[in-house]
Amino acid sequence: MTDFGDAFTTALSLVVTLDPDLAEIVGLSLRVSLGAVAVATVIGLPAGAALALFRFPGRHGAVILLNALMGLPPVVVGLIVYLLLSRAGPLGVLGLLFTPTAMVIAQVLLVAPIVAALTRQVIEDLWAEYEEQLKSLGAGPGRALGMLLWDGRFSLLTAVLAGFGRASAEVGAVMIVGGNIDHVTRVMTTAIALEVSKGDLALALGLGLILIVLSVSVNGAAFLLKEAAERSQTGGPRQVPRGEDPALP
Amino acid sequence: MRNRRPNPRSWSTRIVTALLGLLVAFAVHGEAAAEDRFIVVASTTSTANSGLFDHILPLFENKTGIQVRVVAVGTGQALRVARNGDADVLLVHHRPSEEAFVAEGFGVARHDVMYNDFVIVGPAADPAAVRGLTDAAAALARIAGAAAPFASRGDDSGTHKAERALWAAAGVDPGAASGSWYRETGSGMGATLNTAAAMDAYALTDRGTWLSFGNRGQLVVLVEGDRRLANPYGVILVDRARHPHVKAEDGQAFIDWLTGREGQAAIASFTIGGQRLFFPSAKSVGGS
Repeated sequence: MTDFGDAFTTALSLVVTLDPDLAEIVGLSLRVSLGAVAVATVIGLPAGAALALFRFPGRHGAVILLNALMGLPPVVVGLIVYLLLSRAGPLGVLGLLFTPTAMVIAQVLLVAPIVAALTRQVIEDLWAEYEEQLKSLGAGPGRALGMLLWDGRFSLLTAVLAGFGRASAEVGAVMIVGGNIDHVTRVMTTAIALEVSKGDLALALGLGLILIVLSVSVNGAAFLLKEAAERSQTGGPRQVPRGEDPALP
Repeated sequence: MRNRRPNPRSWSTRIVTALLGLLVAFAVHGEAAAEDRFIVVASTTSTANSGLFDHILPLFENKTGIQVRVVAVGTGQALRVARNGDADVLLVHHRPSEEAFVAEGFGVARHDVMYNDFVIVGPAADPAAVRGLTDAAAALARIAGAAAPFASRGDDSGTHKAERALWAAAGVDPGAASGSWYRETGSGMGATLNTAAAMDAYALTDRGTWLSFGNRGQLVVLVEGDRRLANPYGVILVDRARHPHVKAEDGQAFIDWLTGREGQAAIASFTIGGQRLFFPSAKSVGGS
């Protein structure tokens, strides 16, 4: 198998020469995935926290449903968004099919349940720990929501990163709603799928290596940000108890 | 670990900044040139995977300033995309479906663009002994008789439709053997060739994809030259009467160019390893 060696040299030469096509594809991948994660975070954090703090009929069902939605198949989400955005579909007038916006929409649907479900777990654990304290201060679930989200922010970073992992790795949804159009909607994963179908396995694997490095960079940056923030907080008035990273499902 | 460092934030902050800067640089550097003027062309994997579009589209885009966005899927799906109004132009290779598309009022008119041919590829060892046959149906009958592995697209694409027509001509119903020697991949041409190469299976492929395909393994061309293996491509403008948002002027400009002198010459000049992949066949050469 010379493919592995070829993949390595291919990846290296693409990066070293700053291949313009590669830069465009990487740029679009980052914009789509980070954009989707940003939107999903804005939706997922409050929704997950609310589900953890408020008691209402059918709450258990909602928790189970949310946890199940973490496993939504990207190709199904892609198909649903495709049918909605198609000119023949209900949102067809927007003309969004085969655009990066459509790809962001599909990935938001994939990522938001992950962020929300993991947030619910984190906040529920924090609430169990601080409920009495907060109640004695006169804070009900409504006021506790913001405080606990802030308190759990380092644990919640993991939830957001899990969402990013999902967004940057999936190919099924962006392929269907984006159409893998060169220079318009081609991202890393669809480019890899294309090179596989052309039989250029070395190039496909090379692109895969670059995608992995990108993912490591994003996660590394997040980790270091968290470390730096935690350190600057040392000695501050409200220290998060260390080593209580709640077990995630 | 923290206690050993007097200023623990400096190094990590620098790395964070560097990594974030790298990501931002990529994101900004890779800003796609968003053209205002573009058309969407629903086409087949064979035209895109072979590299034909990479060869001819820049010529058209430079001349007219109209960006051509190609969505490359199987012919069956391309027809559905166009039927839903999600494309302005359709460029596929299954004449009966194309004519039906126009007859049902979805397309304005069908124009010949180019043709190439299908070939039957298979392992060099050729267990069904079809090498050199010029009767494609007879070759398929032998493959079925030998129960030799055959990888089918199985995706309702133009190639799959052509393959089913050949099975019918051979008087064989391969669906009965689906899962044993007849293996339907449900994927594009390239993915099916990857599968065939890995299983030493026979497969029907268009010559364009085959010539540009990089992972042949033991596969070689065994059967070619049957008239039933002809593979004509047609281009159709989606009818604005059906879908008012269709960019009819720009779409027609593309069709005129493609079937005109320049487009036809561009198609003829596309070669891989000295071999032509597509042969121009537009009737109204001139114009453009």
